[in-house]
Amino acid sequence: MTSQAPHRFAQRHLLGIEGLSVADIEVLLAMADEAVTVSRQVEKKRTVLRGRTQINLFFEASTRTQASFELAGKRLGADVMNMSVSTSSVKKGETLIDTAATLNAMQPDIIVVRHGQAGAVHLLAKKVDCAVVNAGDGTHEHPTQALLDALTIRRNKGAIPGLVVAICGDILHSRVARSNILLLTALGARVRVIAPSTLLPVGIERMGVEVYRDMKAGLRDADIVMMLRLQRERMTGGFIPSPKEYFHYFGLDEDKLAHARPDALVMHPGPMNRGVEIASAIADGAQSLIKAQVEMGVAVRMAVLEALAGQMGKG
Amino acid sequence: MDHRPLAFLNARLLDPAAGTDQPGGLLAHNDVIVDVGPHLRAGTVPAEALIIDCAGDSLAPGLIDARVFVGEPGAEHRETIASITRAAAAGGVTTLVATPDTDPPVDNAAMVDFLLRLGRDKGRVRVLTTAALTRGLRGEEIAEIGLLLEAGALAFSQGAHALRNAQVMRRAMTYARDFDALVMHLPQDADLAADGVMNEGELASRLGLAGISTAAETIMLERDLRLVALTGARYHASLISCKASLELISHAKARGLPVTCGVSINHLALNETDIGDYRTFFKIAPPLRSEEERRALVQGLRDGIIDIIVSDHCPQDVETKRLPFGEAAFGAIGVETLLAVALRLVHADDLPLVHLLRALSLRPAEILRLPQGRLAKGAPADLVRFDPDEPWVLQAADLHSRSRNTPFDDARLTGRVKQTWVAGTLVHG
Repeated sequence: MTSQAPHRFAQRHLLGIEGLSVADIEVLLAMADEAVTVSRQVEKKRTVLRGRTQINLFFEASTRTQASFELAGKRLGADVMNMSVSTSSVKKGETLIDTAATLNAMQPDIIVVRHGQAGAVHLLAKKVDCAVVNAGDGTHEHPTQALLDALTIRRNKGAIPGLVVAICGDILHSRVARSNILLLTALGARVRVIAPSTLLPVGIERMGVEVYRDMKAGLRDADIVMMLRLQRERMTGGFIPSPKEYFHYFGLDEDKLAHARPDALVMHPGPMNRGVEIASAIADGAQSLIKAQVEMGVAVRMAVLEALAGQMGKG
Repeated sequence: MDHRPLAFLNARLLDPAAGTDQPGGLLAHNDVIVDVGPHLRAGTVPAEALIIDCAGDSLAPGLIDARVFVGEPGAEHRETIASITRAAAAGGVTTLVATPDTDPPVDNAAMVDFLLRLGRDKGRVRVLTTAALTRGLRGEEIAEIGLLLEAGALAFSQGAHALRNAQVMRRAMTYARDFDALVMHLPQDADLAADGVMNEGELASRLGLAGISTAAETIMLERDLRLVALTGARYHASLISCKASLELISHAKARGLPVTCGVSINHLALNETDIGDYRTFFKIAPPLRSEEERRALVQGLRDGIIDIIVSDHCPQDVETKRLPFGEAAFGAIGVETLLAVALRLVHADDLPLVHLLRALSLRPAEILRLPQGRLAKGAPADLVRFDPDEPWVLQAADLHSRSRNTPFDDARLTGRVKQTWVAGTLVHG
């Protein structure tokens, strides 16, 4: 499907991959392809969001996602304001709904939200009049990450249907994994998850994935190896015995990667724990798409912002 | 007191004690039932009696709700004795049993006396109370069980939390046994439940919410039942939420242990999918389980493994519920809707009306050793008149509780309370 396709993106918010149709996803990816072209030109500035106000509301610290949304908004001509709430009003007892009401009164057009609680972005979306983009809610969803991963895969592999995608690591706590499972299975990929059982959500097999506890078996014939970040506080004793043991069984090194297809590509949403979930040689190697993901991130966020802008004022 | 006798005529008499469901009349005088049966008609009641024509409506013993957070003292912004008893009267509940987790907790005789007096002075219905099983509900030292009983405490409980230390639980049960005191306990292992906020399973995984396994309940319940076998204490599992717990209770009863259990109306009427899009009014403890578990609980009620149904009334204000699901407080209100929601089971043909009423009045009375819960001569004239077939739509704003956190807002209900009497006095309708 191309941008001339008849389907129009008809969502008011982007709260998750859940709730998007395949046609919605195809529209966003097609728009993102165009945004890549724009972003590679010397003149990157467009005007579809001119006069619009975008607020990046981050209750959790983030460098790359916030920067990516900021750049995307600015390339489309929006006025972008960044708010990091973790250090300000929440500490003073202000609730999420208070914050939403305050921001709403400032008449923004788009609010991009990251919050540590699953469902918090849905709650906020009910309380404001503008478009809301989920930039990560607890361990629930991170839809723009999944879209940028899909875009990266498609541009490097040509098509997604039939590809074997192995997602490895802390599936339990990963919103990236949930969004990617929903998106990639919807687009026809065969998705595997690879993790020790303590890092797998209950019932994950009913989300249409194959589950592996042995990484080499899980990587066999994989086209895409998607590594997840393991949070430091979860490395010692609670879910896995130690970073050392984790790397031994679930860290991506040359030996394990050799079980995937020879043309397999490696991805990571960042930031990486080198030597814990991924060896440096692979992260920086020829099979790595990690830098491409960052570029696609800006493009996908431009596509999402533009698609939502297209819905504004339609009641 | 020497009021005129009350004659309830043309009623559908539902007596869970006798297991009867028949047309007839009831005569009450001086706060007790003096006669009841099909023989009571217009011509057979005393001439001076005040006639109440029930017009075919059901007349049953007032409900006994054995698990209610009453708010006073300490949480008057969430509930007061005045508001909760008004809600109870409107719901046909004539006896409330308070949980001891007020602030300060009900862990000394003066507090029991205070609550009972408050109930008499400010309450429309009977307010009774449980007391803390351990001092300050801290789970460390046994409370003054003997003195608390003498002050009028009905049973001993840890409120919304389980007693973690098995040794303390064992000693508390051993000591309670000497007084033949009832221990009511909410079995949920705090370490296993950890930061969970809903039922563990596919749905929680999809929503990205931390789950609570049924094992958190069954492990604690099994521990308690072992301690019952060891100590001989009378034990009531306040709330169970899954089939595996039913099996444990059933087995304990078959062994002859002095064990009973309750279930909240929410677990009989709702399941985890009601949480939908992170609706915090459905965040309760123990969590709503799967439909399969709900069906099993209904079956357990039918089989008599579950003894009583409670509202587990837990008022929460807006500030503690209008939050992201993970941060919102647990709990739902339910006293006022207890009967109407429970009637869903009757309309779904899950069990006969008189059987349902056993779990709402007779069995709690038996477990708590109260004279209520019967349509019999000498029993208190605590009565509810209701039309089990009247359809209506619940509006949360119409409820009498100080809090609005009902999971049944906008729900279509069939069956409505019309009038409620406590000790022969009309308190609603």
